[in-house]
Amino acid sequence: MLTLEQVVKDFGTNRVLDHVDLDVGGGEVVALIGASGSGKSTLLRCINLLEPIDDGRILLDGVDVSVPGLDPDPVRRRIGMVFQSFNLFPHLSVVDNVALGPRKVLGRSRRDARAGAVALLERFSLAEKAQDYPDRLSGGQQQRVAIARSLAMNPDVMLLDEITSALDPELVGEVLDVVRELRRTGMTMVLATHEMSFAREISDRVCFLDAGRILESGPPAAIFGTPQEERTRQFLQRVIDAGRL
Amino acid sequence: MTATGATGLGDAPGGSTRSRRQRYERRQRLRSVGIAAASTVLVVTAVVVFVPKLDGWESVRRSFFDADAFRNVFPELLAPFWYDVQIFLWCAPLIVALGLLVAIARNLRTPALYPVRLAAIVFTDVVRGIPVILWITLLGFGVPGMLQTREWYGGFIIWGSVALVVTYSAYTAEVFRSGIESVHESQRAASRSLGLTSAQTMRTVVLPQAMRRVVPPSMNLLVSLQKDVALISILGPVEALRRAGIENARTFNFTPYVAAAVLFLCVSIPLTRITDHLLARDRRRMSATAVT
Repeated sequence: MLTLEQVVKDFGTNRVLDHVDLDVGGGEVVALIGASGSGKSTLLRCINLLEPIDDGRILLDGVDVSVPGLDPDPVRRRIGMVFQSFNLFPHLSVVDNVALGPRKVLGRSRRDARAGAVALLERFSLAEKAQDYPDRLSGGQQQRVAIARSLAMNPDVMLLDEITSALDPELVGEVLDVVRELRRTGMTMVLATHEMSFAREISDRVCFLDAGRILESGPPAAIFGTPQEERTRQFLQRVIDAGRL
Repeated sequence: MTATGATGLGDAPGGSTRSRRQRYERRQRLRSVGIAAASTVLVVTAVVVFVPKLDGWESVRRSFFDADAFRNVFPELLAPFWYDVQIFLWCAPLIVALGLLVAIARNLRTPALYPVRLAAIVFTDVVRGIPVILWITLLGFGVPGMLQTREWYGGFIIWGSVALVVTYSAYTAEVFRSGIESVHESQRAASRSLGLTSAQTMRTVVLPQAMRRVVPPSMNLLVSLQKDVALISILGPVEALRRAGIENARTFNFTPYVAAAVLFLCVSIPLTRITDHLLARDRRRMSATAVT
């Protein structure tokens, strides 16, 4: 479904992604792990064409979407993205946040889009917050709204960029529950995360990124159980020492 | 006011069973109000009692605050002042519209539209660099003088208004532009990742947020415009300032000008207060943590 071939991304002289290959099948859940600055977020932003890549190709259902000059909007429509800092629209109520994409991009009527949004909010137990503004919600609720907003576009792939990193510890669970539910419905997802135990639980495949390269990838049991690379072992050891695994 | 309605531990609301904190805060409040009241009374008394005792106060009073002259001239000024208000009312929406266009033009990133962007930059630079009164003279006298027509579009007022619209839209555009730039990049990213085009993002995500932020500085401009309308008097129409000038020339008394000033204040002060109120309401609606 989603294929990355030799993707390179430079910020000035700094190589952030160094010939990354990745193949994500339909319904597959891939977790990107690695230290801060290893390129996880940049990888997701490149897939969503928020950052242009400097070399290589990104294919969506076999079609090269990384051609320079290609209109990115139809591609982004098919790829949902959830951000670490939620990025909800503060001037719109919760229901209008969720309904905005379907209204503006899919051309649905206001009533239709809102009905769809309310249904999604009900699914995530946010129905009673529909008329509130984002600032009145807890971080966990805001992030669930952000997931609903992205899901409202009915995307083929969801990119989750450290979606629990900005949350208080007691709010992480409710957001992860939503991701678990998405997995049950067969949503294809690529997620960058620092929640190692969650990555182990939810993903079909884990990729360890180091200095812009996918150093090692495989089933969670293999990566967390018998990592082959020294850098992976060091990283996981640090995570364990920090009490996060 | 924050949520002080919440009562302390096991505390009945109201009555004599206020918590220690509530009693303290109440005492503090009363104390502040008392001090403010006493100090105000003191200062006002001093002004009322001592200023009239000053040498020369009588001539100041006669020249500027002649009650009879005020009573006579005030009704005379109402109709001319309504003229000012009308000019203000038709200029303001045009200024907002043109200012917004220029601000958006300055934010264009499409290479093909670079000339538009350049034009917007030149427009704001040139217009802001020239005094308002010079613009009014230039356009208000100049264009009708050039056109030499009795048609409506040859009028002094039309071109005086155009001068106001041009100058104020340049200032407004800069305020709007700073508002647009103050909306965080992550908002654009969120919008674009939903598949909204850059124009849709500007219209539905960036501008609504930017507009709320620029209301206070734009209100400054609006209040300022409401006064600068009087500059059009140099073109000849009998609006409030000119009418006051005529009275002044007839009686050699400056009270008519003071009366005109009072009229302008009657509009500008409520204007500011209404904006403050609207903004506070907007903030309360969107924010759980608003401290007003």
